Amino acid sequence: MSKLLTIKDLSVAYGGIQAVRGISFDVSEGEVVTLIGANGAGKSSTLRSIVGLVKPSGGSVLFQDKELSGLTTENIVKNGITLVPEGRRVFVNLTVYENLKMGAYMRKDNLEADLNWVYDLFPRLKERNWQSAGTLSGGEQQMLAIARALMSRPKLIMMDEPSLGLAPLVVQGVFDIIREINKQGVTILLVEQNANMALKAADRAYVMETGQITMSGSGQDLLENEEIREAYLGKKAKK
Amino acid sequence: MSRKTETVINVVLIGALLLVLFILEQTLPSTHMIFTVLKKGAIYALVAVSMNLLNGFTGLFSLGQAGFMLVGAYTYGVLTIPVADRANVYMYFNGGLIQFALHPIIAIVLAGVMAGIFAYLIGLPVLRLKSDYLAIATLGFAEIIRAIFQWDKLGPITNGSNLLRSYPSYKSLLFYFIASGVCIALIVMLINSTYGRAFKAIRDDEVAAEAMGINLAHHKQIAFVVSSFFAGVSGALLAMYQTSVQAAMFKSAMTYEILLIVVIGGIGSITGSCISSFLFIILSEWVLRFLDSEMYIGDVRVPLLRSGFRKVVFAVIIMIIVLFFRKGIMGTNEFSVRRIFGRSADKKAKGGSANE
Repeated sequence: MSKLLTIKDLSVAYGGIQAVRGISFDVSEGEVVTLIGANGAGKSSTLRSIVGLVKPSGGSVLFQDKELSGLTTENIVKNGITLVPEGRRVFVNLTVYENLKMGAYMRKDNLEADLNWVYDLFPRLKERNWQSAGTLSGGEQQMLAIARALMSRPKLIMMDEPSLGLAPLVVQGVFDIIREINKQGVTILLVEQNANMALKAADRAYVMETGQITMSGSGQDLLENEEIREAYLGKKAKK
Repeated sequence: MSRKTETVINVVLIGALLLVLFILEQTLPSTHMIFTVLKKGAIYALVAVSMNLLNGFTGLFSLGQAGFMLVGAYTYGVLTIPVADRANVYMYFNGGLIQFALHPIIAIVLAGVMAGIFAYLIGLPVLRLKSDYLAIATLGFAEIIRAIFQWDKLGPITNGSNLLRSYPSYKSLLFYFIASGVCIALIVMLINSTYGRAFKAIRDDEVAAEAMGINLAHHKQIAFVVSSFFAGVSGALLAMYQTSVQAAMFKSAMTYEILLIVVIGGIGSITGSCISSFLFIILSEWVLRFLDSEMYIGDVRVPLLRSGFRKVVFAVIIMIIVLFFRKGIMGTNEFSVRRIFGRSADKKAKGGSANE
């Protein structure tokens, strides 16, 4: 598998506070990779700096051998990366249809095929096509946020805590969709606090603590790792 | 209902409106109050819609509208005063610097362009601010513009703090309606375009909009400049309507009036702004005029009624609206032919937009 995204010594600082301290990792084409860790570990900052919402204070972001750090978000999205931001952040006063069109804002070609593709993935959105996004339930909004990101036809889709604030059953649905999208050829970089679900869905995983990567391995390995189970899954987590 | 029938009905309605205005103009004496109200209403409708484009659709709370109207009004006045009258108008400045006069229509467009240029320059630093801070900064800049235009050193161009007058103006009611209508139609087209959708996305969630690849600074700048362009045009129309213009009238109180119109109409509703601007002008210029004049019933003087009381009543109205009717008359809805005659029929038509 060829490397799609390679992060080298990436660091992010907000004023004097170092949120990410020189981390390196990579994502290969077709993989689901997850970054897990506690609050404030720097996971979201990592994603935000990859997509250019915050400027990294150092290091490099290589995407298909192209240096992305320093580019504007606009150009990074054009290169084929999208972010599903934390907390859904759909455009509540726009209709579902308009939300989807916003996802494809950087594209000038015909959207028909992709609209049908996301409607197939999320039949519920088709039903609610003309409803304003604010009237959707939390789970539906998360689906819309993912669908909106897919509309840009990304090679890599990055999701920031897609399970945040959702009921367990809905979370299951979100992860089903993640697998389905991945099966259809989209590479996924997933940030999660729900370590259990994330590790089960992921091919590989990295554990972040206070701005650094402290552990990595296959999803299955980490799931069985004693330390991880103690820190993130609860000591008595059943296997 | 198909798009075609909708267009036909719209055209017929617009035609009927213009016909009614035309008949009014032919039958009533030209000094009738209704012409004042309709002309000013049309002008305020335009500036209210331009403000709504910023405040309602792009989510930029800007209070600079009066300043940009001033730029437009002055650009129009300065560029159209006939050369023969200049010595008279610019009597303190030896007839002024500019010794040519443009056609009114060209001057109106230039009025918009000039306001747009001012907006672009002001926007560079100011649009980095958010919410209240943006409002304060734009309000400040509007006042600075007013001060600059009154500055004595610029007298040869702006006539300092003296009146600009003697410039040509159209008297016909139809002119104001058509000019304002065309401009509002252009704004509606912008709002329904891809750019308009991006504006609304920015309003709803800046972070998500940015993550979609929308260049925030660029789009905000576009909205700001376009809004100011049309504020400038409406300033030119206002100058034309008043036949004389002075910087002193474009105070922040004027911006508040426009803001009040936008809020009453519904932030995010074009038709709401139009309806409420006519409503506001009818009330303030006509119906509630009596509040400002003393009145006697028999020998007893009615209490409270005296010059300035109208403003007090408006202040109370503002408070009531802000407290109890935050959505205004229309909320974010629009009033259209489609809405009245069955909208469900072609709701599913491709390319439909939220404003229908």
